[in-house]
Amino acid sequence: MENESIEDGIVALIKKAETELPSDVVNALKKAHKVEQGIAKTQIETILKNIDLAKKSGRPMCQDTGIQTFFVSIGIDFPYIDKIKEWIVNGVKKATKEVPLRPNTVDPFLGKNHGDNTGEQIPYINWDINDGTDVKIISFPKGGGSENMSKLGMLKPGVGIEGVKDFVVDEMIKAGGNPCPPTVVGVGIGGGADLSLKLGKKALLRPVGVRHNDKTIAAIEKELIERINKSGIGPMGLGGKTTVLDVHIEKAHRHPASLPVGIVVQCWADRRAEMIIHSDGTWEVK
Amino acid sequence: MEYHFDVPVSNEDIRKLNVGDIIYVSGKIFTARDEAHHMMLEKDNISFDPSEMALFHCGPLMKKENGKWKVVSAGPTTSSRMEIFEDKFIEKYGINVIIGKGGMGERTEKALQKYGGVYTAYTGGAGALAADRVDEVLGVYWLAELGMPEAVWIFKAKEFGPLVVAMDSHGKSIYRDIK
Repeated sequence: MENESIEDGIVALIKKAETELPSDVVNALKKAHKVEQGIAKTQIETILKNIDLAKKSGRPMCQDTGIQTFFVSIGIDFPYIDKIKEWIVNGVKKATKEVPLRPNTVDPFLGKNHGDNTGEQIPYINWDINDGTDVKIISFPKGGGSENMSKLGMLKPGVGIEGVKDFVVDEMIKAGGNPCPPTVVGVGIGGGADLSLKLGKKALLRPVGVRHNDKTIAAIEKELIERINKSGIGPMGLGGKTTVLDVHIEKAHRHPASLPVGIVVQCWADRRAEMIIHSDGTWEVK
Repeated sequence: MEYHFDVPVSNEDIRKLNVGDIIYVSGKIFTARDEAHHMMLEKDNISFDPSEMALFHCGPLMKKENGKWKVVSAGPTTSSRMEIFEDKFIEKYGINVIIGKGGMGERTEKALQKYGGVYTAYTGGAGALAADRVDEVLGVYWLAELGMPEAVWIFKAKEFGPLVVAMDSHGKSIYRDIK
């Protein structure tokens, strides 16, 4: 097992996420291109041309290469658990030079850019432990423009699920063209303040077009897609039929007195890539 | 209507433009985000002339190759963050073409009307495509102080667009009509 090889794997993982959009997102954009007209159509056309050029030239599709975010699922019998964080951090530093990535980590007090996409608590790594011998790492670089449109609502339980739906629709209309629509919206309902937002972010890992396996929740997702798209905000807020490509909901049980709703918005560049590291140190990126 | 302009664009041409028109611009473009706006409003002497360029709300991804800067990816950033500076910025530097995304507010709208300018929207996130329209990096200011995204970069662009005229010099804004 060579550390350097796995760090190169992390670089390949980040590069894949930054330069190639998953096919579920591309297909949803192609569908949007068919239904739109006029300015909205030119926006989607520019997006599709950009995706194509980024993939062919191996360049990041967006200059905002995001805060480097990872969802790691560790197999409990993987022999090098203590090394994973180091691989990711070193991989991020290397990727910043090699892909390259825009240096995006700024000290909140000093305003100084760390220069290599690392810093306090960053890269942001979410850990999960499962059975098995492999490690799965999802790269999920998160842009600032869409993240700025995130919202936490500590609603009164009395407003019920209808109140939750209205909150999501209102906030997405308020966001307008700012988060680079058509967006994918992740909604976490329940838990506490932090958990609802975390669920909202995790909901974005689900491929576009895939509904929640609970029928009631799936129906609410569909209703929210329709209601937000009816707003007419459209691609880039310039008017049109497609404001969201999808809405994904995840839930947790809540305190009787609280109804937290965490909304996390992802721009059309719904960047995701996956890497598996096997127990012998070999890896693949897909 | 679709127009192809060289920068700087004349006042006469600016006044011809209406919300919904598509333009492509060629010539000098400078990038400025929050920090650069703030800094340029405070400074009295800067060593380039913004009035002969288009203003681009952008924090590009750049790479130095053989001692020369190259643009890797350079789409627009969210313009609403610059709303608090923009009317004063337009007045001080004679900007008449702004390129951004997401739209701006009433203060900018009034300044565009008063001084004759347009706010144009370039497709957010289309950074690779935008970089392809930049022929040359002419300079960079305040890179050490502000870092790569916030520094002022000066590009020589060719047929930069499509840019949708989203706020014109007649007081119209596409964003207000949609909301």
